[in-house]
Amino acid sequence: MYSDRVSLGSEMVYLTRKAEFSASHYYHNPEFTAEENRRIFGKCNNPNGHGHNYTLEVTVKGEVDPRSGFVVDLKRLKEVLNREVLEAMDHRFLNKEVPEFFNRIPTTENLAIVIWQRLAPKLKAAQLHRVRVYETPDLFADFYGEA
Amino acid sequence: MKAHLTRRYTFSASHRLHSDAMSPEENATTYGKCNNPHGHGHNYSLEVTVSGPVDERTGMVCNLVDLDGFVHREILDRFDHQNLNSLPEFAVTVPTTENLCMAVFDILRRGFRRTHLERVRFEETMMNSFEYAGEGRRNL
Repeated sequence: MYSDRVSLGSEMVYLTRKAEFSASHYYHNPEFTAEENRRIFGKCNNPNGHGHNYTLEVTVKGEVDPRSGFVVDLKRLKEVLNREVLEAMDHRFLNKEVPEFFNRIPTTENLAIVIWQRLAPKLKAAQLHRVRVYETPDLFADFYGEA
Repeated sequence: MKAHLTRRYTFSASHRLHSDAMSPEENATTYGKCNNPHGHGHNYSLEVTVSGPVDERTGMVCNLVDLDGFVHREILDRFDHQNLNSLPEFAVTVPTTENLCMAVFDILRRGFRRTHLERVRFEETMMNSFEYAGEGRRNL
């Protein structure tokens, strides 16, 4: 009954996988004075840190494999996500335990960039399209790999 | 590196969809229940998306204190718990959510110059949403 569906063999499909992790962080730039840090970062400057339940959405794109019907093997995507992101960041203090944030402020924007940089080289079949990080339900950052 | 940042706000307002350019019958047919002369209300969810390079010193596309301050002052304080038809933005324009998107986009584009405004998205109810990214508009 589907014989009228002629595949052109190049349909791009986007697939999004969600994950959650909880982590603490604080915002501080040693090049700023204490007063500047307080003014620019407000409550986020508290050196003892504070935490969020982050929601991560990873979107990959690709052509549907005619044999499997998959854009990407979800099992493998989940393994990469677990290894590269969750094991490194879940229940961690981002500033002190994730090397990318030793010298970079762990804002939601930078988290999206760092997660992209961790995932992109590990994904083979599917191409990374977007990394979206929700810090709270009312705030999220998107990174599309743009320079 | 360029990133997008989206912030969500909520406000509640009433409105009535009615166009003086249409007859009462046309208004009733076009707007249905939304044409009720006494108006009705929604809890609107507003998403503002800005984009730009992430500042290396702050790690930010845009300081949320600045964006929140502007949106609270210029939009929420003016729109929350108001009848949209009574606002100058809707003196001659029907306050559909499409027009609400464009009105809010214009306020942000004109007044919030710190970061590039990418898009405004409204949810009028959980079942419908509207987006406007400035297409077809003169540079403000």
